[in-house]
Amino acid sequence: MSTEQPAGALLSVENLSVQFPTHDGVVHAVDGISYTVDRAASIGIVGESGSGKTVAALTLLGLTVTQGAIVTGQILFDGRDLLTISKAELRHIRGNEIAMIFQDPLSSLHPQFRVGAQIVEAMRIHRSITRAAARTRAIELLELVGIPDPRRRVDQYPHEFSGGMRQRAMIAMSLSNEPKLLIADEPTTALDVTVQAQILALLERLRHELGMAMIMITHDLGVVAQIADRINVMYAGRIVESAEARPLFSSPQHPYTWGLLRSIPTLDGPRGVELLPIPGRPPSMIRRPTGCFFHPRCAYALPSHSTIDPPLSDVGLEGGGDHRAACLLDAAQRQAAWAALKGGGTPEQARVAAGIEQDVVPVAEAEIVG
Amino acid sequence: MTGFIIRRLLWGVVLLIAVIAVTFMIFYLLPSVNPAILRAGRNGSPKIIAEISKDLGLNHPIYVQFWNYIKNIILHGNFGYSYYYNDPVGGLIANRLPATLSLTVGAAFLWIVVGVPVGIISAIKRRTLLDRAAMGTALVFVSAPVFWLGLIALYVFANDIGQFHVFPGAGSYVGLTVNPLKWFESLLLPWMVLSATSTAIYARLVRGSLLQVMGEDYIRTARAKGLSERRVILKHGMRSAITPLVTVLGLDIAGLLGGAILTEGVFDIPGIGRLNIDAIGHGDVTIVQGTVLVASIFIIVANILVDIAYAFLDPRVRYE
Repeated sequence: MSTEQPAGALLSVENLSVQFPTHDGVVHAVDGISYTVDRAASIGIVGESGSGKTVAALTLLGLTVTQGAIVTGQILFDGRDLLTISKAELRHIRGNEIAMIFQDPLSSLHPQFRVGAQIVEAMRIHRSITRAAARTRAIELLELVGIPDPRRRVDQYPHEFSGGMRQRAMIAMSLSNEPKLLIADEPTTALDVTVQAQILALLERLRHELGMAMIMITHDLGVVAQIADRINVMYAGRIVESAEARPLFSSPQHPYTWGLLRSIPTLDGPRGVELLPIPGRPPSMIRRPTGCFFHPRCAYALPSHSTIDPPLSDVGLEGGGDHRAACLLDAAQRQAAWAALKGGGTPEQARVAAGIEQDVVPVAEAEIVG
Repeated sequence: MTGFIIRRLLWGVVLLIAVIAVTFMIFYLLPSVNPAILRAGRNGSPKIIAEISKDLGLNHPIYVQFWNYIKNIILHGNFGYSYYYNDPVGGLIANRLPATLSLTVGAAFLWIVVGVPVGIISAIKRRTLLDRAAMGTALVFVSAPVFWLGLIALYVFANDIGQFHVFPGAGSYVGLTVNPLKWFESLLLPWMVLSATSTAIYARLVRGSLLQVMGEDYIRTARAKGLSERRVILKHGMRSAITPLVTVLGLDIAGLLGGAILTEGVFDIPGIGRLNIDAIGHGDVTIVQGTVLVASIFIIVANILVDIAYAFLDPRVRYE
């Protein structure tokens, strides 16, 4: 395969699939996703638990193969295919050119090593630097991420840090080798709301200061709204909608994205609009639904949607940039439905507005099929 | 921390007194063993028995006897007097300690050096043939009683009764200071036999502990840093997996220091365990009391050491 990347692209993921063979069958955790991250850009990957977003990210670092995953496709990073390079080369990239921070800062730091020692270790794996110099740098990094009294903190253990502080320490560690790409996997999910905002602001500031690219993985569209240039919405191991942040929020094109948007509370939205959970649960990744994977939970699904699998294709919106969605509704139907939903309408009203009145597959019945 | 250690030591003393009380009750108060009668021998007349009773202080009320007993142990380190050997029990135990110590330390070294790596390899190669073979063998050794294993080992490898004359057999023990080479040779087979079960237990323990730790988030972090798998396992994984091992190790070693009764019996090693068995045979109550007390002291001390070691191993443990 070629290792040509578009100019400006740092990471190009092409048709990436990750499967886990199990006793119950093959788990299709990630199913042919493609996306690009430009240098110093940030993208968001959004989806529910089990949508494959974390597996996709861990695969970038080669951390799923150790768990027996079968990975196909291409991951081009700075001119190298991460799926074909040697283990040693990949290890050189891990924590050095691509760093990652995780969901739960409480359990992501080793409880029996000092925070400073863990940062020092991260540095000394990848560069020849004396322990003393690395320690000095670790103190600087702790200061950079906003930890007060870093000289004292550097010698403390993780349990002496609060949750937000631990995530800051994780960020400090991830930045220690000035990576070109930072993958943040739900970095704020385990934290208090006020701390969440601080961490997001910190990540955004650091990204600009250090000029690194970032992949923000989250289930919360509100999180990526603040910091992602481009957003990929994942459902059942696939990208179902991909757009620049602004058009994604102003004119989302996939019913799943609508569901995500209608299930987050906003302060500036219309009053009295009910929060609507998406009915049902994500499908089994072993026995996936036929047709459109989302049809069992989709309020707008037609009978034919259970047999036709929609490709991710351009939605043809003017001025919307590269905006793609995998939906079988036509553009006019989608526009009408979203307009109704945005105005506070229920999915039933939106369905009527879009002219999808009859022959809808009842959600409950379809779930059994799925 | 210092406060904790002091408190812990004081509790140790309390526990020790409780153990002394229990041994005292078992051996002095139960009617089946009257030291005076035992000591007087088969033809002891009532007069002799009465004299011996007076000698031993048995004519005093029980609480006075108990007080004297405790006073002797704590103030004078006097564990009593063995009528069979005509020697102070303390000295007898001290004489036997080096053999038990040799046996225990060597076996512990062996089971750590073999058991821990086997456990690590089994964990890394989980569900492979190697893992299953190792764990299957471990199961056999865990289930094999040490006296049986010891006899089989002698029957196969001892240079007197064995099929292959490889190692010195039973009764060949020589003190370390007498002849280091012979000491080493004579202990090889006992070490292997005594460590077999523990090696198996430790291998299984390390495997289980490491497997659990390797699923932790901080191991994923270590991998994401770019550490080699070797360092991920040996540094980050084992650092956590070792903690439960320390508890077991402390208590195992302490237990054996109180006398590896079966192994010392099978291989006729003159250790505390052997002393104990012989004393039971002779009805030499003071020795049995002494060895039980010494064994208890080892266990109590080991418990304290394990607790202190925990504070150093795991910074989250704070005794305040």
